[in-house]
Amino acid sequence: MEKRVRFNGRMLPYLLLFPQIAATLIFFIWPAIQAVWLSTLQEDMFGTSSTFAGLFQYKAMFQDAHYWRTVGRTMIYSLYVAGFGMALSLMIAVAADRVLRARGIYRSLLVWPYAVAPAIAGALWEFMFSPSVGIVSQMLGDVFGYEFNAALNRQDAFTLIVVAAVWNHMSYNFLFFLAGLQQIPKSLIEAAAIDGAGPLRRLFTIVMPLLSPTAFFLLVVNVIYAFFGTFGIIDATTQGGPAYATETMVYKVYRDGLHSHDIGGSSAQSVVLMLLVATLTIIQFRYIERRVHY
Amino acid sequence: MKRMIATLATGVTLFAAPAQAQTDVQLWHGMSGPLGELLAKFADDFNASQSEYQVTQTYKGNYADTLTAAIAAFRAGKPPAIVQVYEVGTASMMAAKGAVYPVHKLMDDTGEPFDPSAFIAPVFGYYSDTDGRLLSMPFNSSTPVMFWNKEHFGKAGLDPEKGPETWEELGEMAKTIIDAGVADCGLTVEYAPWTLLESQGTWHNMPTATQQNGFGGAGTELVFNDPMRVKLLTTLSNWQKDGRFKYYGREIQSLANFTSGECSFHFASSALKRRIELALGKDGYMMGYAPYFEEFADGPQNSLIGGATLWVLTGLDEDTYKGVAKFFTFLSSVEVQTEWHQNTGYVPITNAAYEKSKADGYYETDPFAEIAITSLTLNPPTEHSKGLRLGNFVQIREVEDSEMEALWAGQQTPEQTMDNIVEKGNALLRKFDAATSN
Repeated sequence: MEKRVRFNGRMLPYLLLFPQIAATLIFFIWPAIQAVWLSTLQEDMFGTSSTFAGLFQYKAMFQDAHYWRTVGRTMIYSLYVAGFGMALSLMIAVAADRVLRARGIYRSLLVWPYAVAPAIAGALWEFMFSPSVGIVSQMLGDVFGYEFNAALNRQDAFTLIVVAAVWNHMSYNFLFFLAGLQQIPKSLIEAAAIDGAGPLRRLFTIVMPLLSPTAFFLLVVNVIYAFFGTFGIIDATTQGGPAYATETMVYKVYRDGLHSHDIGGSSAQSVVLMLLVATLTIIQFRYIERRVHY
Repeated sequence: MKRMIATLATGVTLFAAPAQAQTDVQLWHGMSGPLGELLAKFADDFNASQSEYQVTQTYKGNYADTLTAAIAAFRAGKPPAIVQVYEVGTASMMAAKGAVYPVHKLMDDTGEPFDPSAFIAPVFGYYSDTDGRLLSMPFNSSTPVMFWNKEHFGKAGLDPEKGPETWEELGEMAKTIIDAGVADCGLTVEYAPWTLLESQGTWHNMPTATQQNGFGGAGTELVFNDPMRVKLLTTLSNWQKDGRFKYYGREIQSLANFTSGECSFHFASSALKRRIELALGKDGYMMGYAPYFEEFADGPQNSLIGGATLWVLTGLDEDTYKGVAKFFTFLSSVEVQTEWHQNTGYVPITNAAYEKSKADGYYETDPFAEIAITSLTLNPPTEHSKGLRLGNFVQIREVEDSEMEALWAGQQTPEQTMDNIVEKGNALLRKFDAATSN
C-alpha cells in the first residue's frame, strides 16, 4: 500500500507555482527587460520617433560629472543611514532586552515608526523642520540661534533626510536586533559574568560576535533601504534639492524619467541600479549560506 | 503604482459604462482646488448644453504628473483626447509630431468655425508655429506680478498705494520696512527661473536665447548670461545679507512665507491672486507690475506668459475629435472665459472676454484683476519678448533652480551662476536637437 500522496501529471506543481511566477514576470522581469530595451533608444517623449542608439545613453551617463556626483552622494547617504540606523537601534535593542517591567509596551511603542509610510514620515519631518512654521526649526532658532533652512542650506537638507530615514527604519532594525539578542544563550552570558566579565566586555566579546549574522543581514537591507526605500522621504521633504544636495540615484531616475521625460537616460540609470541591487543580493545570499554551515 | 491603479480604474469605468450613444471625450488636467472645481463645472455645463458628447475631466496630479500619465496612456494606445500641458512643455509637445493633433488642423478637419484672431496676441503668439497656426488650445495663462503686504507698508510709514517700479525702489522699500522692525523678510519669489531669469528678459526686451528665444527651432543657444541677469542676481544675493531677499524653495513653496505675513513682497504668478486674497483679505495686499532696472531699459516691454494649454492627442476616432472641437469652442466662448478670468488670477485669453470684463465694470471693482493682462500686452511683442520655446525646458528650469540655489547658499558668484546655466542649458538643447532631428 502506497502511503505517500502522489499527484497525477506533471502540471500541478507548475499550476501552483504559476501565480508567483506570473507576478514576478509581469511586475519584475518584463519591466526590467523594457528598461534595458528603452535604454538603447533615443526617442521623443511619446515614442513616436524612435531610433536605436546602442550604448549612447550609457556613454552620456558615464561622461556626466553630475551623474557621478549623484553616485558618490548616494554612497555617503546609505553609509549614514545604515550606520546611524543600526548603531542607534542596537543600543535601543540592548536596552529593551534588559527591561523587566512593561517590556511589551516599550517594544510596541518602539515598533510604531515602522507603521508610518515613508511619504508620511517625510511629510511629518518636513513639517517639523519647515523654516517658517516648523516646531523644530523654530526651537533651533530660539534656543540655539541656528536658522535651519532645508530649502537653502545643503547640510541642513542632507541632515533632514538622513534623520527622517533613520527614524523611519529604526523599528525594523530594532526588531531584528532584539530577536538576535534573545537567541543568544543566557548560559553563555552568565558563564562570562561568573568569570568576571563586565557588561561592556560581555557585549563586545560575546553578544556582538554572535549578533554578526543579524548585523550583516541588516547592513544589506539598510543599504537597499537607503537606495530605494527612502524615495518617499526625499520626495516629501526636499525633492532632491537644494542644488541637488539630496538627490540620490533613485531620485534622479525618477526626476529624469517622470519629470523631465528623458525616458532613455532614465532607463540607463535604472539598469545600473538593477545591477547594483543584484550584486548586493548575491553577496548577501552567499554570505548567509556560509554562515549557516558554520 | 498609484498612477497605474488610477489608469486601470479609468479603464475599468470606461468599459463598465452602459452602452450609450454619447461620445466620450477624456480631458486630463493638473488643476486642483478651486481651479479644478471651476474646470469641472465647465465640463458639466458643456455636457448639459448638448447630448452628443460627454466630456469626462480627470485630475491627474501636478502638471508633470499629468503629462507623464498622458505619455504612458499614449504609449499604451489609450490616450486621453485632451491633455493640459504647462508652457515649458511646448517645444517637447511640438517635437512629438506623431502624437499631437494641432488645434488649427483639428478645427479645420472637423469643420468647426474657428477665428484665430479672437485670442489676445501674446497668448496666440506663444502657442502657434512660425507660420502663425495655433498648435494647442490656450486655456490658463498667467504672468509674473509683484504682490506686497499693505499692512507692512502702513506700519513702516510707506504709501501702500505706491509699489516699487524698479529694483532699486524695491530695495529701498524693503530696507525701510525691515529697519522699522515691521518684518524681517523683504522679498520672496516663486518659480525663480520663470519670474527672475526668464521673465526679466522679456520685461527688459533682452534675449534669453538665439533664434527669437528658440521660436526658430533647432540650433537655439542660450545667451542670457548678460549684465542685466548678473546685476539682478548680484542685487538679490546682496539683499540676502540683511533679509531684504530670502529664498524659501522652488515652485510655490515661498507662498506661505508671504501669506503668513513674514515677508513683505512676493514676486509670483498672477494666478496666485485668489489665494493671496483669501489669506490676507481683500484689503490686505496690493499688486503691481514686475520691477525693472532703469540702467537696462527705458521702461518695461511686456511680461512673459506662464500657465498651460490644452493639447489634443492622436489615435482616437473622428467623432471624439468633433466633440473636442465643440468643447474648445465652448471653452473659448465669452461667457466661459469671462467667468474663468474673473474667478481666478488668469488673464482673459480672448479679446471678447477682456472687452466684456471692461464693459461689465469688473476692473473698477477689482483693479488688480487687470494688471496681468495689461502687463502682458504693455507693448507689441518683439522677437525677444513674445515668449520662450526651448527643448528640454523642464530640465533647463531644473538647472536654473539648482544653480541659483548654489548662489543663494554662497557657493558661487552671480557670473558663475549664469555661465553655468548657459553652459549646461546649451548641452540640454543639443541633446534635444539630437533626439528630435529625425
